Amino acid sequence: MSEAPLLSVQDLSVAFGQGGGQSMAVDHISFDIAKGETVALVGESGSGKSVSALSVLKLLPYPSASHPSGKILFRGADLLAMSEKQLRQVRGNKITMIFQEPMTSLNPLHTIEHQIVEILKLHQGMADRPAKARTLELLNEVGIRDPQKRLDAYPHQLSGGQRQRVMIAMALANEPELLIADEPTTALDVTVQAQILELLAGLKSRKGMSMLFITHDLGIVRKIADRVCVMTKGKIVETGPTKEIFANPQHAYTRHLLAAEPKGKPPAANAAAKPVMTGKDIKVWFPIKQGFFRRTVDNVKAVDGIDVTVRVGQTLGVVGESGSGKTTLGLALARMISSTGTIQFNGHDINQLSFNAMRPLRRELQIVFQDPFGSLSPRMSIAEIIEEGLKIHEPKLSPDQRDDKVAAVLNEVGLDPATRNRYPHEFSGGQRQRVAIARAMVLNPRFVMLDEPTSALDMSVQAQVVDLLRSLQAKHDLAYLFISHDLKVIRALANDVIVMRNGKIVEAGPSEQIFGNPQTDYTRALISAAFKIETAPVGIVSQ
Amino acid sequence: MSEASATAETAPARIKRPFLSPLNKRRLQNFKANRRGYWSLWIFLVLFVLSLFAEFIANDKPIIASYKGEILFPVLVAYPEEKFGGFYAVTDYRDPVIQDEINANGWMIWPPVRYSYQTVNNAIPEAAPARPSWEYDAKTRCNQYPQGAADPACIVGNWNWLGTDDQARDVLARVIYGFRISVLFGLILTAGSALIGVAAGAVQGYFGGWTDLLFQRFIEIWSAIPVLYLLLIVAAILPPGFFILLGLMLLFSWVALVGVVRAEFLRARNFEYVNAARALGVPNLTIMFRHLLPNAMVATLTFLPFLLSGSISTLTSLDYLGFGLPPGSASLGELLKQAQRNLNAPWLGISGFVVISLMLSLLVFVGEATRDAFDPRKTFR
Repeated sequence: MSEAPLLSVQDLSVAFGQGGGQSMAVDHISFDIAKGETVALVGESGSGKSVSALSVLKLLPYPSASHPSGKILFRGADLLAMSEKQLRQVRGNKITMIFQEPMTSLNPLHTIEHQIVEILKLHQGMADRPAKARTLELLNEVGIRDPQKRLDAYPHQLSGGQRQRVMIAMALANEPELLIADEPTTALDVTVQAQILELLAGLKSRKGMSMLFITHDLGIVRKIADRVCVMTKGKIVETGPTKEIFANPQHAYTRHLLAAEPKGKPPAANAAAKPVMTGKDIKVWFPIKQGFFRRTVDNVKAVDGIDVTVRVGQTLGVVGESGSGKTTLGLALARMISSTGTIQFNGHDINQLSFNAMRPLRRELQIVFQDPFGSLSPRMSIAEIIEEGLKIHEPKLSPDQRDDKVAAVLNEVGLDPATRNRYPHEFSGGQRQRVAIARAMVLNPRFVMLDEPTSALDMSVQAQVVDLLRSLQAKHDLAYLFISHDLKVIRALANDVIVMRNGKIVEAGPSEQIFGNPQTDYTRALISAAFKIETAPVGIVSQ
Repeated sequence: MSEASATAETAPARIKRPFLSPLNKRRLQNFKANRRGYWSLWIFLVLFVLSLFAEFIANDKPIIASYKGEILFPVLVAYPEEKFGGFYAVTDYRDPVIQDEINANGWMIWPPVRYSYQTVNNAIPEAAPARPSWEYDAKTRCNQYPQGAADPACIVGNWNWLGTDDQARDVLARVIYGFRISVLFGLILTAGSALIGVAAGAVQGYFGGWTDLLFQRFIEIWSAIPVLYLLLIVAAILPPGFFILLGLMLLFSWVALVGVVRAEFLRARNFEYVNAARALGVPNLTIMFRHLLPNAMVATLTFLPFLLSGSISTLTSLDYLGFGLPPGSASLGELLKQAQRNLNAPWLGISGFVVISLMLSLLVFVGEATRDAFDPRKTFR
């Protein structure tokens, strides 16, 4: 590297808290980004990667955050030493940023045109007419179809992928030299993720930008980055060209990350096993009402005539993009929302049962929710959370017997029973998901509906949870309905798979057949987006 | 590994759950950390508990008396005058004849202030309203007693520490009783409106839809009824009284809490942990109590002290206007009204003002500290 790097982070530290209780979030890290280069900061949540990126633009909550040491040189000028006024010249102009959550990063009260034009006027002093022309050009550039029509749209009228495209257009408006992307695809579907990554890579090479890419997903890193910095606990433990890191990881943590993909195979499919849950022609329609008399003019067909069978000791995987109706299907089977069609559970026809009549059956039909942060009441200790179901379904147990059961199930899911009087916020995401699994398992269910139980977790934790679920299934002969958009997890757990789109089944069959020999374009597109991060031709998947 | 887990399974250590959850402990600490609120709470509690025993502090009856070898409790038991050789149905212990009779045949212990809120002092040195007793010299103070300054009744116990009102009743006694009735009124009204308001808000927020829509429209109409006119009309039909007033106020004051509680329930009813509880088969009522109410409790508890001080000032202003408690009862509003009519007697106004403002300030400080204690941003720092 003969040229001086564009951005050079030298010996940077970030501390949070004031006075006595300071904690180091970033601990003496250094890295360089050359012109036109993409550097990825990789690490699990809490490793300090986002904090490092935010400190480049001094966006941390000062003064509770501080920099005990280090410099951030951008074209030779120290950003940390700049005044607020000088920084404004850099922020949004030379260095721009895109965030993880496209919904909350856009102002919901302004149209897209307004938001992009505002930037152009502010930073480049453009007049109305050229600013509008430039906005159209930018939207075209980020691949929004019919940009003319989209100018007046509000953020909620766009899909997640389109919103992220608008965010990118805003970041590009001032022709930045460095783009910081903080997990820009984590909140998106795999298919959309592949499209956004392709867009970013294309823009980067066309404009000669540099990019600092923050992610926890090594698959993305391999696809997009020139160089990788692996972070853990605030330190960069390994850095090097992407190819070398993947081919020959030096540090134990890097190897741990690389090995962290969900592995293993589901138990062999057994078509003769007794069905636990059978749904026939399940439909969940939400009426669209219009006019003064609220007449039903149309229906949103969230689930439109689907047949499912889940057998003892087997897992049925349900995959699809967001909005395909997979969670709605699961909730309908668990009788959390009303549906039409027949649902047979354990030989009972349950679709017409009232809430009270369902109660004895609930014990054998459990749900594990997606978000381990939302699904545990913050005001109850985990012992109280787990024993809540026991109080309903086994009211005769004495408090001591209940306590024993709670301790036993915590052991089973791999948590220390001594921690059972702690509160959810004292646990990490993976531990919380174990608590949520324990809450379901303590009742000895026969059927568990798992609604994206791994998608809010770090990669290595995902693998552990998948292993836990598989061992519980083997031990108790459980039937799982596993809903996920993550095909890697599905492949590791499911015997049978159904692929859903717009409330209908696109393809169904044994797992090996779906993954080995997909029949439809849609399934093929999903698989290539998930495993190879490749985009499909326009029209097959959503934009 | 398997061995370790086996031993752990056979002997799971029982851990006692702490009395206060860590969260509540932190809240208590936050409350204590607000020194002003913490001290206000103690001062208020001391004053309130003292005022609950007002009969033992300011009364026109002895607390305990011994008469012909018999121990009597005139504060608690109404003895007829026959017992002491008279002929009225009720004994007036302030009557010198009765006093002489009891002192001759035993003894009696008086409360520190020898007036109740309705006792008329017949021996005030000048026309009512009379100044506080400490403003007169000994001679003037006792000029109405038969023997002047040498009279056995000319003692500190018979002083009017804060003067008398225009009906020659002791202001200190009236203020003590008035404080008690105001605080009790406020507490009962607040508890009642909290109970009704939280229940109504919870039902609306939890069930939503048509229940919510109809209830909200009802509340809009209900809260548009002018309370003061209603009180005027009811005062013309029913005899005014503590409980009628309380009931009437309660009819309208519960609305204040509904909005807050409804919003909290509406927000939290589709939280994932509430759905998780539903999936476990937990009944609606339990979900509302165990999972949703704690969320709403923070907003409610923060609101309560202000509702309390609001109720008290409402009672005071009704009394001031003359639509409050029945005539003759100890009321701070009535005291203020007298002060307005007797501008030449500033002790009326000053006493009323000091007591009311002290009471309301203490409650607002307590409320402020409660709000701080439940402030999530403070709690998790």
